[in-house]
Parts: sequence; C-alpha cells; structure tokens
Amino acid sequence: MADLSISLAGITSPNPFWLASAPPTNTGYQVQRAFEAGWGGAVWKTLGEPIINTSSRFAAVHFGGKRVAGFNNIELISDRPLEVNLKEIRETKKRFPKHALVASLMVEPKREKWHEIVKRVEDAGVDGLELNFGCPHGMAERGMGAASGQQPDLVEKQTMWAKEAASTPVIVKLTPNITDITVTARHAVMGGADAISLINTINSLAGVDLESWNTIPHVGGKGAHGGYCGPAVKPIALNMVAECARDPKVGVPISGIGGISSWQDAVEFMLMGAAGVQVCTAAMHHGFRIVEEMVDGLNRYLDRKGLASVSELIGQSVPRYSDWGNLDLNYRVVARIHQDVCINCNKCHIACEDTSHQCIDMLTGSSGRPYLHVREDDCVGCNLCSIVCPVDGAIEMVELPAAAPVLTWNERQRALAKLGTDSMETEAVEG
Amino acid sequence: MAIHHRISEDPSVPSAFREMVPPLSRSAAGEESNRCLYCYDAPCIKACPTSINIPSFIKRIATGNTEGAAYAIMDANPVGASCARVCPTELLCEGACVLNGTAEPIAIGRLQRYATDFAATEGLQLFAPGAPAGISAGVIGSGPAGLSAARELARFGFQVDVYEAKSVAGGLDSTGIVSFRLPTHVPAWEVQQVEALGVRFHTGVRIGSSLSAKQLLERHDAVVLAAGMGYVPPLGLEGEELEGVHDAIRLVEATKSGRMPSSFTGAKVAVIGAGNTAIDAATCSVRLGADKVKIVYRRTGAEMTAYPFEFEFAKQDGVEFEWLTQPVRIIGDEQGKVTGLECIRLEADGRTGPDGRRLFSPVPDSTFVNEADAVVFATGQQRLAPLADQLGISHQNGIPEVDPMTGLTSNPRIYAAGDVLHGTGAGEATVVSAAEQGKRAAAAIARKLLGEEFESYKRELVPTRAAENV
Ligand SMILES: Cc1cc2nc3c(=O)[nH]c(=O)nc-3n(C[C@H](O)[C@H](O)[C@H](O)COP(=O)(O)OP(=O)(O)OC[C@H]3O[C@@H](n4cnc5c(N)ncnc54)[C@H](O)[C@@H]3O)c2cc1C
Ligand SMILES: Cc1cc2nc3c(=O)[nH]c(=O)nc-3n(C[C@H](O)[C@H](O)[C@H](O)COP(=O)(O)O)c2cc1C
Ligand code: SF4
Ligand code: SF4
Ligand code: SF4
Repeated sequence: MADLSISLAGITSPNPFWLASAPPTNTGYQVQRAFEAGWGGAVWKTLGEPIINTSSRFAAVHFGGKRVAGFNNIELISDRPLEVNLKEIRETKKRFPKHALVASLMVEPKREKWHEIVKRVEDAGVDGLELNFGCPHGMAERGMGAASGQQPDLVEKQTMWAKEAASTPVIVKLTPNITDITVTARHAVMGGADAISLINTINSLAGVDLESWNTIPHVGGKGAHGGYCGPAVKPIALNMVAECARDPKVGVPISGIGGISSWQDAVEFMLMGAAGVQVCTAAMHHGFRIVEEMVDGLNRYLDRKGLASVSELIGQSVPRYSDWGNLDLNYRVVARIHQDVCINCNKCHIACEDTSHQCIDMLTGSSGRPYLHVREDDCVGCNLCSIVCPVDGAIEMVELPAAAPVLTWNERQRALAKLGTDSMETEAVEG
Repeated sequence: MAIHHRISEDPSVPSAFREMVPPLSRSAAGEESNRCLYCYDAPCIKACPTSINIPSFIKRIATGNTEGAAYAIMDANPVGASCARVCPTELLCEGACVLNGTAEPIAIGRLQRYATDFAATEGLQLFAPGAPAGISAGVIGSGPAGLSAARELARFGFQVDVYEAKSVAGGLDSTGIVSFRLPTHVPAWEVQQVEALGVRFHTGVRIGSSLSAKQLLERHDAVVLAAGMGYVPPLGLEGEELEGVHDAIRLVEATKSGRMPSSFTGAKVAVIGAGNTAIDAATCSVRLGADKVKIVYRRTGAEMTAYPFEFEFAKQDGVEFEWLTQPVRIIGDEQGKVTGLECIRLEADGRTGPDGRRLFSPVPDSTFVNEADAVVFATGQQRLAPLADQLGISHQNGIPEVDPMTGLTSNPRIYAAGDVLHGTGAGEATVVSAAEQGKRAAAAIARKLLGEEFESYKRELVPTRAAENV
C-alpha cells in the first residue's frame, strides 16, 4: 500500500482528501464524523461576523437523468457565533490531532480585523488558515469574498495582513470569477501566501421555473445569482489549477477544488499540480462515506502504478500543459471505425457530415450489410465522431506516422520572421 | 502458488453445459453501476446474508476501481464469485433494492460477477494471510462453508488444513450445481484465493475413514465441521436398484466432471422431487438429450420448494410437471433396466402438517404408469450422522446441536457451519448462508483463541498482481 499522507505547505494530513469549507464542515459534530469516516482534513465553514442565511438556498442541475451534474447555492459564511465555532474547533483538533484542520476566514478588508481573527482561530489550535476571497454572493455586496478576491491589490494586501499575525501556513482561496486567475494567484503569493486553493464557486443561475417564471432557487419569489460547483465545473477548475501550477511566478503549493467526486478526479488534479484536494458537492450528494471509495481507489491506483507515495503524482502532467502556440502543427490523428464493434447508429456520420468535415461515408457491403468508412485523407482528426459514438472502442483515433518534422506555430512564426517573408502572404497562398 | 493461470471456462465442456447467462460488458457494467443510488443504510446490504457492502462495490465499479469492487465483495463473502451466479437474488439483495416498483432493481448479481470475473482474469490475489498466530485449525469439507471459514481463519493468522473427501475442492459449487449456472472454474478460483493464503487442502481425505476424528482433534486446536449433506437417501421404493435409476446429485456431479452419461439421449426421464435439485436434475437431463422430462411431485406447485425463477427456467426448457403424483414403485424389464414409474394420484384431504403445508392422501384406484427409461431421485440429501457420532458431538439425526450465532457444538473445540446445520423441511440451503456461517464460526474461534482484538490480526490489504507470471 502506498503512503497517502500529504504535506501542503507544511500542513500534514493522513490522506489528500479534505472537505472544503462549506456546509459539511459547519460544526464540530460534522467534522468529527467526517474524520471518523476517513477524510484526511477539513477546512471549517468560513468564519467571520456571523450572517443571516436565506431559507431555500440550494439548487442543482440534473442532466440526462443523472442527479446533480452541477450544484448551485446562495448560502453565505457561517451563521454560528464565532465563540461556538472556536470551541468546537478546539475539541475537534484535540480528538483528531493527526488530521488537517484549517480555518477559513473572511473579514472586512481592514488590517486589525484580520489580525484579530487570525489570532483567535490560531489560539483554537488550527493547523492553517484559508482566506476566503471567493464567495460570489452576499458577502461580495459587503466588500468581502469575491469582491475583494477580484481585486489583485486587495488580495495581496489582505494576505499580507493575515500573514503579519499568522504563525500557521496561510492558504489563499481564489475566486474563478475573474479573467485570468494567475493574476490574483501571483498577488496572493506577493502578499506572502504559503499556498493557494481553487476554485471557489462560479457565478450562476441554476434555472428558471417554466410554470411560475421564478428563478431556481427563489426566496419568496425573488432570486439572486449563486455559486456553481459540482461535477460540471471540474474542467474549469482543472484548467485554473493547471494554469497556476505552470506559472513560475505562482510557485506555491495548490489545494485543488472543484467538481471532485471520485479518486480519479483527485488524481487528475494532483497530476496537474495540486498537492491535495478539497471536496464539497460529492460529500453533500452522498455523505461522508464517499471518501472510502476515494481512498480505496487511489490506493489501488498507486499500487498499480508502482508508486510508493501519493506525492509522487503531484505535477507530473504540468510539463505537458502548454500554450497553443507550442503544439505540433504536423501531428496527425485520424478516426478509424472498428466494424466488429460498431452498432450502426450512424451518429458519427451525421456529426461529421453536418458539423465537421464530411468524411464518414455510409456504405453498403457486398453482403448488403451497411457499414461506415472514414476517408482518412479528409479527416482532420477533430475527435467529434469518437465523442458522439456510444460504443466503447468502435472508433479509435489513430496516430499517423509523422509526415513532416515537428513544427509549432511559434516555431513557424519565428522561421518566417527569420526569412523576412510576409507571413500573411504565405498563409494566403497556403489557404 | 497456483494463482498464475488465467481462469476461464473449460473449452472441453459441451456447449449445452456452458454458462448460460452472458457476462456484462464493460459499458453495460458502467451504465448499470451508475444507476445505483448509493443508498445509505441500504436495504440491499441487509438482505445479503453475508452483508456485502453493495453500494460501495457498485460505486467502485462506477469509478473504474473494479479491483476494489472485487475486494469489497470477496472480503464479505469468500465465495462471492459463485454467489454472483447462484444466489436467489430476487429473494435477497435485488428483491430488496429500493428501485423495485419505480424502475428495474439494480442487477447486483451480474455486477458482482463482473467485478469478481475481473479479479479472476487479472490474476489478482485479493487477500494476505494474517501474522502467524501459532494456532492450527482443521476444516472438514471444502464447500462454501468450509472455504469461508478457512479463508477467514487464515486471515486471522491460523495455520489451516482443509480435509476434503472428494478429489476436487469446492463442495457442491464444484460438484453439485449445474455447470450451465456455475462453471467449475469459478469455485476453482475461489479455492485458489484461499490456497494462496497458505491454507493446505487435503483432497481425497475423508474424515472418519482416511483420518479418524480423534486424529483430527489431536492435530488441531480447533475444528470446523463443514461437511454439508450427503447424496440423495434411498426412498425405499421397489426397483431402486434397477439400471437407469439415478441420484440427482451424482448425476449433476457426473456432468460437472465431464462424465456425460450417454443413456439420457432420447430417453424419457422422470424426476422425483420438486426442490431446486429436482429442477437442476431435470434441466440437466434436457441438456443430455432426453426426449421427455417430467417432474413428478406428490404435492402441487404451491408447495414446491424450488424458487419461482427456477420453476420458470425449467418450464422454458420444456420440462413437464406432474403434480399430486406419488411414485409407488419402479418397473424394470428382464434385463433389469427401468421401463416405467408406477404412481398413484393424490388429493388434498383438508389436513395440514406441522409445517403448515397441506396434506394429501391417495385417490383410490388411481394407480398408473409413467413410461420412463430413467428415474432420477431428487428428494433431499442424506444427513451425515456417523461423522457427528465419531466427532462425539450431540446431534439430532446428524444435525449438530449448536449455538446458532457461532455454530459452537457440544465440544468446545468443534464448530459447525453450512448445510450440515440445515434443518429438515425448512426450505433449501444456500451457498450464501453457508458462507456466512463459515465466517461466523471462524470469527468465534478467533475471538476465543486470540481474544477480542482478533479482527486486528487481519493483515492490511496487499493487492498483488500475478499478471507478470502469466
Ligand atoms: C443440485 C443443487 C443445486 C443447488 N443450487 C443452489 C443454488 O442455485 N443457489 C444456492 O445458493 N444454493 C444451491 N444449492 C445449495 C448449496 O450448494 C449448498 O447450500 C452449499 O453448497 C452448502 O455448502 P456447505 O459448504 O455447507 O456444503 P457442501 O457444498 O456440500 O460441501 C461439503 C463438502 O464436505 C465434503 N465432506 C463431506 N464429508 C466429509 C468428510 N467426512 N471428510 C471430508 N470431507 C467431507 C464433501 O465432499 C463436500 O465437498 C444447490 C444444491 C444442490 C444439491
Ligand atoms: C452550499 C455551499 C456553501 C459554500 N460555502 C463556502 C464557504 O463558506 N466558504 C468557502 O470558502 N467556500 C464555500 N463553498 C465553496 C466550496 O468550498 C467549494 O469551493 C466549491 O463548492 C467547489 O467544490 P465542489 O465542486 O467539490 O463542490 C460553498 C459551496 C457550497 C455548495
Ligand atoms: S435536507 Fe434537511 S435541512 Fe435541508 S430541507 Fe431537507 S430536511 Fe430540511
Ligand atoms: S457512432 Fe459508433 S456505433 Fe454509431 S455508427 Fe459510428 S462508429 Fe458505429
Ligand atoms: S438498494 Fe438498490 S439502488 Fe440502493 S444501494 Fe442497493 S442496489 Fe443501489
């Protein structure tokens, strides 16, 4: 069995699965149940000035008969008195000294406010702090959460204030509601962040009721934008994690969050540079026991890969993530249909015919049996047919032997510049 | 260790005797596993006698961790691969699935087969033996109960010896359940999994003859009696000695070991009894080429102990049922070969027996002859009273008197599990309950000999792959 323990900026936990700051970590009762169930760490529901929550808070997007493809909420930070939370944090840490217990914090962007809360929660014995600059609703109207998280200078300054008082590692939690997340990430690092965590939820409206014309959810007939999370946001989160991981100016450990619902998702985030992961929606959908499946799957995967420690995964795929300009323009794949597996639904044909490059022919064999054939010379290797194909292994995207040496867009531009040729002209001729 | 060969259906098995239910494809397993709701405190778990964590193993299949799924199954049930095929799932896990009524219940049995097939074909060794505890246990019988007890005891660190009278291990899974429902490679894999824990299998050793009960008790600190039941007892009918009279269990055993009797080809077959064994004997006869197969039963379909789906299956195979018919004697020709089964009609007489079932009495002058070239007895299995006597434990007609929770017999060193405990008349015994009883007996022995911390002797999972040795 591999070693699952991690250290994220010095915060250690028996495994990389932490509960994200959200309803599952609202109370000591819950966090202790979660640790008993096997979670390696927890980020406490965000602490600050207690707020009032609305009734009717969550909504979900169900897709194709599967429940909770995405999850939407208009909940704010903790609505319990700080004192109560601190007392429970203290108790929890005492019972579970080896688990990572991190306090999520959100206060007004004032130096003394940060100093005060940092001291109080550290006094309760937390292993680290997470600054919540991400909550996209409610708190933003008060100049907190995403409102400050969208302003790089405010991120930097507040991180600095927290760091001034902190003796434990400071993680800055970033909002995805921004054009380039590496900008805020860099500012967090400039402010002294020991790590970053991402993503918080994405601005969203789950839906509109077709009969009442109310928003989903609505509070007495009125709605407001909420934050989106769950499986649907995973690709967005994964990209943001990867962008931060490959930015040398960020360069601090990353806690990956967003749509993680299985061990496989966790592995992907770690390969893309996360040192550990946080989970909210999957726990809300299935309960804490879902971590058993995650831990078992991760364990067996590491054994199968012959890895002694989960940390060996961190960042392995980052060097393979680059800019479009560095991709080989001469690399070619084409679709190949395996007739023995194909069930003749013709979905690949119509997808290619109507919406790609018209290169899958519907033919009839000598025995009168219909079959599909890809004209490989015309196939641009877009993958669409293999994406819509309902049968495992019916369409294979086959790599063709290189017809020309590797040439990237950037190399090509450099070569053209060197030749002194007008690149626009060349392109026109080629096109 | 014998874990290196990939296990699959024996190619020499005639096609009629090959496993009928096809395996789930990867995508079908993916879809089906994603349909499971991952219920909390799931009723399917409670309906499984071995309490397999069904939502967990199904979630593992859904998340590409088929190995973990196989582990979860086999951890709770050492014969989980056989159970995937022979459990009456409609009455157990699948019958309890919350989706009944709103949609199709989850195909738990087939998913269980998908996961355990994966472990077998990948050559996975799912468990490791416990740290040696210096305690020795002897197990009589290698059927589901014995295997289950042996596997658990080995994980607790016991040195385990299994004594099996037959030449092949696995009990009725290997010899008694028709191969078109349970091919022999499945119990063979389960035996291998146990063998790989260092358990020694002594096949061809019958306790009571090859090795005395006394010797056994001298050799081991604890003994598990998991000898099942015997063959079909004689009914005391005239003509039982004739050529063409068969015992259902021996008949199935012959087909499973590849000795297909040729006398069934084109024959008229009368099967006596109406439990699952009778159905197996009848469907086996059909597959051996019998012309006409009839099940003769002295009660009606309502009293029949075969499962409803087994009954359906037999009907689809073209098996006829003759209810309210009592065999009286078997008729033979001069050569001593069966030619018919003389029967008498019965009718309900308004009385009910102590088991609540209706009683029937003969209709006067209703004797008639069922033409038959073969008569198969499927009227229950014999109890092994002499073995219980030799072990010196108190028993009733061979059924040991035990503590129902642990299987502890009147001898504090002997525990019993499986069909050997099966009470008469209380429906059919099952593989899954034999497995559970084996587990419980092992836990009770471990608790007694290792103390309350016995569970901690189980080694952590060490999944090892034998793929390199293929
Ligand atoms: C035809 C048939 C069909 C069945 N179909 C199903 C089904 O579909 N589903 C289901 O769940 N159950 C079915 N069963 C029942 C199931 O097979 C049994 O309940 C189960 O095998 C009992 O397990 P066991 O380990 O107690 O006994 P067994 O499987 O009978 O194993 C006992 C073993 O002990 C050995 N033994 C006996 N005496 C000695 C001795 N003195 N020394 C050494 N070894 C000895 C025997 O050779 C045998 O191998 C069926 C049974 C039959 C006969
Ligand atoms: C109901 C709800 C409440 C949340 N509250 C907080 C919060 O108080 N503080 C915070 O930092 N993030 C909060 N989040 C965001 C989560 O911590 C997490 O970043 C997000 O849900 C993405 O992860 P997921 O896809 O696993 O759910 C909340 C999310 C949900 C669904
Ligand atoms: S989940 Fe619990 S708190 Fe929420 S609406 Fe249902 S009953 Fe109420
Ligand atoms: S989509 Fe797949 S299954 Fe359907 S016709 Fe094309 S190759 Fe065949
Ligand atoms: S009851 Fe059915 S749906 Fe629920 S966990 Fe069990 S198999 Fe899945």
